[in-house]
Amino acid sequence: MAFVKKIPFFTEEFHHHAVILRTLITFANRSLQSIFSHALPCPDNSSRTNIAVSSVNRLAMLRMTVSSGLQDKTPHTPAGDNRLEPALSTVIDKDASSCEQTRSKKKFQASRSALHDIHQGFKLWRLGTLLGWLDLKLQFRGSSVGPMWVTLSTLIMIGSMGLVYARLFHMNLQTYLPYLSISIILWRTGISDMLQNACTCFITAGSSVRAMRLPWTVQILRMLMRTTLSFGLTVIVPIGVYIWFGIVPGITALLVLPALFLWALNAFSCCMILGPLCARYRDVPPIISSAIQIAFYVTPVIWNASQLGARSRWLLLNPFYSLLEIVRGPLTGDLPSRSVWICAALISLTLWCIGFVTFARSRSRLAFWV
Amino acid sequence: MTTFPLADDDLPTRSASITAHDLSLSFPLFHGGARSLKKSLFGKAKKTIQKNPARTGGEVGLAPGETGVLEVRALSNLTFSIASGERIGLIGHNGAGKTTLLRVLGGIFDTPPEHLTVHGNVVSLIDTGSGMNRELTGRENIMLHARHRGLTSAQQRQLEEDVEQFANLGHFLNLPVRLYSSGMAVRLGFGLATAISPQILLMDEWFMAGDAQFQASAKERLSSVVKNAEILVITSHNLPILLEWCTRIIWLEGGRIKMDGPTEEVIKTYQTSVTEELGE
Repeated sequence: MAFVKKIPFFTEEFHHHAVILRTLITFANRSLQSIFSHALPCPDNSSRTNIAVSSVNRLAMLRMTVSSGLQDKTPHTPAGDNRLEPALSTVIDKDASSCEQTRSKKKFQASRSALHDIHQGFKLWRLGTLLGWLDLKLQFRGSSVGPMWVTLSTLIMIGSMGLVYARLFHMNLQTYLPYLSISIILWRTGISDMLQNACTCFITAGSSVRAMRLPWTVQILRMLMRTTLSFGLTVIVPIGVYIWFGIVPGITALLVLPALFLWALNAFSCCMILGPLCARYRDVPPIISSAIQIAFYVTPVIWNASQLGARSRWLLLNPFYSLLEIVRGPLTGDLPSRSVWICAALISLTLWCIGFVTFARSRSRLAFWV
Repeated sequence: MTTFPLADDDLPTRSASITAHDLSLSFPLFHGGARSLKKSLFGKAKKTIQKNPARTGGEVGLAPGETGVLEVRALSNLTFSIASGERIGLIGHNGAGKTTLLRVLGGIFDTPPEHLTVHGNVVSLIDTGSGMNRELTGRENIMLHARHRGLTSAQQRQLEEDVEQFANLGHFLNLPVRLYSSGMAVRLGFGLATAISPQILLMDEWFMAGDAQFQASAKERLSSVVKNAEILVITSHNLPILLEWCTRIIWLEGGRIKMDGPTEEVIKTYQTSVTEELGE
């Protein structure tokens, strides 16, 4: 009996959830549409709702003319109206479907030209590399140490943080410092700097974009190159720490290579998402930089996941955790579990899907936004 | 002057041509605070449109389908085609859409392929900077330009020599471009942009800058590039230059084509309309 009683309750609750979910999905869909409706206007420059409205107006007008025509001869009957209805509804359907067709054609065209852009950009990879290198060089032009400042500032940060937090967390410096040094360089260059550069990757290229034709992908490659170079400069610090303490990571450390490749792919997709978004909405970059601040504290960067005890499995909900862990794990000796890898791969896949759609939908309008 | 082979995908496969069919372009105005702008500009713009049809700038209006976004219609319903061998001059008021049209033809602003097809490789001399980074030295900018064109290192050296010789900047070539005088920057930008002969050359009016000696050498260099190009599109207010170089003039007004025809004919009409306006 209890079982039977439970079913309606369950279905009701289930239904309730489904309704909420559906509302959320429609809301998300609507907001996405409104964000990018400017990117993909209908050929006749009206959105789908406008088509519907205009069709309804036309329907009302037709109905008025017909009924007035009918009124001249015979009194207006609802039957006459009903006969008219199917014909009018096909008008609406035709309008909507033709707009739908051109829309899907446009979408197809947009993704094709986005792919073309990526292809052309990779052909010009030498330009992107040079631009990235010059960016880094320019940043430190005139200073006596030059780009080595990146290494020095990381060294100072890791040294001071290591001493303070090893005391605070009662950790052994010999195990804590290698962990911290890797975490900090990954977070600083791989996540924090990368996300902030991704925000500005298209905005800063504004003047050269208006002067000559260039694939947008070149700007993404430029930012990737800049980040990779500064990563290369900071990686000196953890190598030094490992040598200092005489730690030799095993052969499993080679798992870092596919993980770093995944990071590069993610950086690319972050540029495709944040680049257009920040160019269009100038409020996004400050929002992102504050979000990074918060993420820094809730992600095990300076603290260790094991400090959470049994609750550490909830960390999988933090996208930064799994991405950090696939690089850091092999180097600190505890290999990441399969769920961490799966989680990281899923995050990357999602980022790529969102990134490609964003890029494809906004690419043709980007030149107006920057 | 040396000519350089072009990157793989730029290789001339067929003769150059440009076809525009019902080409329109609107700029969305996002970052100017659309809401307050809407009130002030929209009302004003409407009045000026009614009062003065030969104004500067495109039509300002609300973007259809999206509420609150203001847009400027810079080009509307242009239909024309340019065949290989034609030399086109664009004339019109400031803000008539000349430079915007050049940017569209140069592929900087994306337009749907059914409205515009351009065959042939394009070089656009639109900004004096032509994408130069002012923080970098002249030599580094030459290197960037070579990378952009996809030249090999041997060709890059050739380009460097060629530009160095033409620009005649001496030691300044090793200094950041921001230290250059505007004339020096034009020398470098011009030298770079004209080092490679394209099939289609798009040129804005800035190339008239520089001292007399530069003007003479620039003209010589430019005419050799122009001769090699299959299609030339230039904008200028300098009517004698247009008369000398162009075979056809397109007169733009408020983003629309007002007149399109042989050089002498259009320039004559243009001049009478300008004098009439001044006389009023």
